[in-house]
Amino acid sequence: MTIGLVHYLVLSTILFTLGLYGVFTRRNAVALLLAVELIMLAVALNFTAGAQFWGKPGGLIFAIFIIAVAAAEAAVGLALVIAIYRNQKDVDLDRLTMLRW
Amino acid sequence: MIAHVWLIPALPLLAAILVSAGGRRSARLAGSITAGAVFFSLIMALNVLTGLISAPGVEQVSMVWLRSAGNLSMELGMLVDPLSVIMLVIVCFISLMVQIYSLGYMAGDQGIVRYFSFMSFFTFSMLGLVLANNLITLYMFWELVGLSSYLLIGFWYHKPEAADAAKKAFIVTRFGDLGLLIGILVLAYFLNTFNILEVGEAVKGGQLTGHWSTMVALLIFAGAAGKSAQFPLHVWLPDAMEGPTPVSALIHAATMVAAGVFLVARLFPVFAASETALMIIAYLGGFTALLAATIACVQNDIKRILAYSTVSQLGYMMMALGCRDYIAGMFHLTTHAVFKALLFLAAGSVIHAVHTNDIRQMGGLGPALKITAATMLVAALALGGIPPFSGFFSKDAILMGIWAAGRMDLLMVGIVTAGLTTFYIFRLWLVVFTGRPAEKKYQAHESPWVMILPLLVLALLALSLGWLGENFRHFLSASWGAPSVGEAPHHRLIPMFALLASLAGFGWAYLVYFQKTISAALLARKFAATYKLLKHKYYIDEIYIFLVRQGMFMLSRGLAWFDRYVVDGMVNRIGEFCRLAGKGTRRLQVGRLQAYLLAFFLGLVVIMVSVLMTHPEILEIIRSYVCPATGRVVAML
Repeated sequence: MTIGLVHYLVLSTILFTLGLYGVFTRRNAVALLLAVELIMLAVALNFTAGAQFWGKPGGLIFAIFIIAVAAAEAAVGLALVIAIYRNQKDVDLDRLTMLRW
Repeated sequence: MIAHVWLIPALPLLAAILVSAGGRRSARLAGSITAGAVFFSLIMALNVLTGLISAPGVEQVSMVWLRSAGNLSMELGMLVDPLSVIMLVIVCFISLMVQIYSLGYMAGDQGIVRYFSFMSFFTFSMLGLVLANNLITLYMFWELVGLSSYLLIGFWYHKPEAADAAKKAFIVTRFGDLGLLIGILVLAYFLNTFNILEVGEAVKGGQLTGHWSTMVALLIFAGAAGKSAQFPLHVWLPDAMEGPTPVSALIHAATMVAAGVFLVARLFPVFAASETALMIIAYLGGFTALLAATIACVQNDIKRILAYSTVSQLGYMMMALGCRDYIAGMFHLTTHAVFKALLFLAAGSVIHAVHTNDIRQMGGLGPALKITAATMLVAALALGGIPPFSGFFSKDAILMGIWAAGRMDLLMVGIVTAGLTTFYIFRLWLVVFTGRPAEKKYQAHESPWVMILPLLVLALLALSLGWLGENFRHFLSASWGAPSVGEAPHHRLIPMFALLASLAGFGWAYLVYFQKTISAALLARKFAATYKLLKHKYYIDEIYIFLVRQGMFMLSRGLAWFDRYVVDGMVNRIGEFCRLAGKGTRRLQVGRLQAYLLAFFLGLVVIMVSVLMTHPEILEIIRSYVCPATGRVVAML
């Protein structure tokens, strides 16, 4: 059995769902960032599969964009987390409520 | 000749700027500069006058200043005709006399530079006013005159009474000026022009009729009544006496207050179109004349007596204009300008000598102030209408005009007022210059020659001006807008009656204040109620204050309530609503990141599902692109 488009899509869906689950359940900011990475990778995988299937390079370009954005996002996100940690000695999202009403 | 007329008002303006630019350094020269400027203006005005006497006519120079979208345009221009030239000469001449006098009277005052530059500025405004050939320019100068009057009444602004009087003058005349402005705009609306000549032609051509012409005439008259202190806007003039005495002589006796009379004369065709308006003017003038004359009989402040006298005489002029006797009104304006300026300057000379305004503290000043007493006597005789002094002729001209108009009731008012006038002016003269000196010790001394000289010149004119009556009539009838006049109305008995009334007034004053056969105090006690009423000037000021307190303040309180509870209430309710709405909705912001994410994700799902539900063809597209298996997976969603 050859590996077709559907297999990629299923894998991508599994990765996306895992990422979503992580985003909703993790209380640690770092873990949340990791889960976000997972979602983005699922999307990137989707784009690459599509590019392969239709034989067009557009999807690959999007994948590269996504990796670049993910890198930047991780850098900014981690920097924020560190800044919050220095300030609050805590990165538990449930307890970071100082901007609430 | 007319090409240089603009120099007449320009010179005093230039002098005013020059003097005020010089600041303190020009203190010594200020008066000489401004008096010099007005002297040259007078020379030019006389030149124009002689030119116009030899070749009577109406000339106009004008340029368009602002052109509006329609065919209505605003001009800057001058109208030279006998009426404006006579006013030019009066203003320049009185201004020159008063400024020369001021050199002595105001010497040593701290604000002398300010004084002379304001005086010169006033002269400029007044000359511009009389020369205006269109209503907009006229209104501009009208307000400038009011402004200079305000500045000069409040010249000693550190005195609270003077500051208050200045404000009062400004505000009271403002009531009239509003009417004038509306009148001008209504005229322009109907006649499509601001030019006085064109307005006159249009009105004569019957373009303004019925109630509108009456309304316009009355609105314009409101302005005239404000400036000329006619009832019920006369209350500012007596208070204006807080200004320096020469200012009272120039502005509040001879020139500015005559501007109202001049305005009616200038726009006479507009007034002539409405019989009702003329009637109202005549009766209001007569009423004012009588009212002010009775008040003048019991006042004790030398300047206030003269102020009420001015109000009364202006009423006389209005009465003449209301009876269509344009020429008599203007003639009285001319003679009155001279003798009233003289009265004020002489009063100033007395005040200068004894440093008080209260005639009860004067007395027996005749020997010390011989020239002042003599010149003031000339002026008093002129005002009192005793022949052969000028006032006799002009007053008779007015009475004759009233008789010709057939208003016998006004004729009675005029004759009674003539008697009262003689009474109060001789009361003043006798109390001040005869009898025993008051207890207060003062070293009365005659004023310096710069003050005496104008008195003598004015006295000469007050004596002789009346003989020009016929020439004046002939000259003025050539002016634009003058009603066509035939033979001067003549009646042999009227001058007799007027003279009889005057002599009666004089005799009464003589008995009470010279012979003292009748005690003034006893009279005051016997007619206590009348005396009190007159003493308080018919309580008109009090009525105004009452009306302001009760009427306006009540209204204000009502409006304040409305503002506080309705307008503010609405604003407060809106604010409260927003605050409550915010209080409710901010609970949604729980502050937990994942809650937001969840909401975001669910929202996305809802949008996707709803798009797919409403556009099922999207599923078809996907199915056609991807393999059938994928299509099935998507369809399951």
